[in-house]
Amino acid sequence: MLRVRNVTKSFGALMAVHDVSFELGDIGITGMVGPNGSGKSTLFHILTGFYRLDRGEIFFNRHAIANRPPHQISRLGVIRSFQQTRPLPFMSVRDNLIAVAPRQCGESIWPLFFSPTRVRRQERALREKADGVLDLLKLAPLADELAGRLSYGQQKLMELGRILMADPRLILLDEPTAGINPTMIRQLVAVLCRLCEEGIQIFLIEHNMPLVAQLCQHVFVMDSGELIFSGTSGNARRDPRVVEAYLGRESHAA
Amino acid sequence: MDYILHVLILALIYSIFAVSLNLELGYAGLYNFGHVAFFGIGAYISALLSRAGMPVEGAMLCAMAGAGIAGGLLAVPALRVTEDYFGIATLVFAEMFRLVCLNERWLTKGPMGLPGIPRPAWIARGVDGLPVYLILTALAAAGVFLFVRRLTGSPFGRALRVIREDEHIAQAFGKNVLLLKIKTIVTGSALAGLAGTLWAHYISYISPADFTLTETILVVLCVVLGGRGTHWGPVLGAFAVIFFGEAVRFLPIPHELHRYVAPLQGMVYGGILVLIVLKMPSGMIAEHRRNGA
Repeated sequence: MLRVRNVTKSFGALMAVHDVSFELGDIGITGMVGPNGSGKSTLFHILTGFYRLDRGEIFFNRHAIANRPPHQISRLGVIRSFQQTRPLPFMSVRDNLIAVAPRQCGESIWPLFFSPTRVRRQERALREKADGVLDLLKLAPLADELAGRLSYGQQKLMELGRILMADPRLILLDEPTAGINPTMIRQLVAVLCRLCEEGIQIFLIEHNMPLVAQLCQHVFVMDSGELIFSGTSGNARRDPRVVEAYLGRESHAA
Repeated sequence: MDYILHVLILALIYSIFAVSLNLELGYAGLYNFGHVAFFGIGAYISALLSRAGMPVEGAMLCAMAGAGIAGGLLAVPALRVTEDYFGIATLVFAEMFRLVCLNERWLTKGPMGLPGIPRPAWIARGVDGLPVYLILTALAAAGVFLFVRRLTGSPFGRALRVIREDEHIAQAFGKNVLLLKIKTIVTGSALAGLAGTLWAHYISYISPADFTLTETILVVLCVVLGGRGTHWGPVLGAFAVIFFGEAVRFLPIPHELHRYVAPLQGMVYGGILVLIVLKMPSGMIAEHRRNGA
């Protein structure tokens, strides 16, 4: 589904991502771990078109997506979240969801004046869809609240809701559980598992190792811009390069 | 009485101008500091065509189209840069427009300006035509208001607000940010062109001195003072700016100070505007309640 080949990106002298190649299968939840600054988020930015890459190729369902603008990649069904929450604070939670829905005919000028019924019908459908998603996330009671007033955890859930509105085929989540409480994490995990069952591929960056072990069938480990491990999370913990990346090299002196 | 009609016509023309800027500045967050150029392009195209014998109605439509096209031509390169630099690019564009009008004498008569711009044939010349011209302007203003309200109250307007609040989110969710911004600027420019053409045919004389940075500041002020991103804000702002601008003419300035009448009027006008902005920083009509998040 997603195929990444020899992707390289540097900022001046800093090699942020170096010659990374991997493939994601068709289903399941894949984790990406690694110390801070190892290039995980940069890789996400590259995959979603926010950064241009220096070298390499990226294919999503046989579409070459390297260096395509973000909105085109998004329209193929690759939808991402950002590390920090990015609510539209002055819109209601429901409008946050409706606003990001793709392929809205009312976003073009002509239909507004020449086929208003079509626009109205789509608006109604989107509203129903948004309410369905909010139900799934147990955010329905907050539908009319301004997004800026939600707690951090609720905003993270709402952002997942926005992603669901976009009919994703591959979801990229940048630290979905960072900074939210355990109850909220359980709720989030339940939703992620359900999406996975529905056949949506999930690729997430996460520092919470027990969670990665619990969720992810497959784990990638990055360090200093390179992919140093690919396999199950159990094996990751025993891999000497991974241990070294996290804990530093063992001293062999005398 | 005629004077009141005159002030109302001016206020309505500025309402159209301000509403068109609000579409860009208020909803899409595009700080266009060259909006007066499109007002001017509309005025010049309409004046030139009607002086050459085209019916005024046709000239007005051509002027709107011309201003819209000019907006597109500016938008495509100017949107390659963002925020402050977009503001600078638009500012420079307006100055370029003014200098072209000043120097291309074969077309614009340079600083002499274009006199004798006719009104539509069915509107009388001079003050006799004022009531009808007021109705024409009011109809145009109402049309523009309803058109922009439909745009901004629709999914199109919602997408613009998403872009204004967080461009990355808009992109991550498949919105073609560049295209939406271009559409906004083309529409806003065409409407500014309409305001310009109404103004030209009303005043009947235009020159490059009418399209300076001062006019840009005035229309930005209408939008900011009235309330960015609201339906009625720019209309209210335009009426306030024109009303206070005229009202200071009636200040009871003592005779001994007659040499300082103009500066004193200007100071009072400026003071009133500063006071409004201080008291109502998000405009006379605020888009969000102040305690909102």
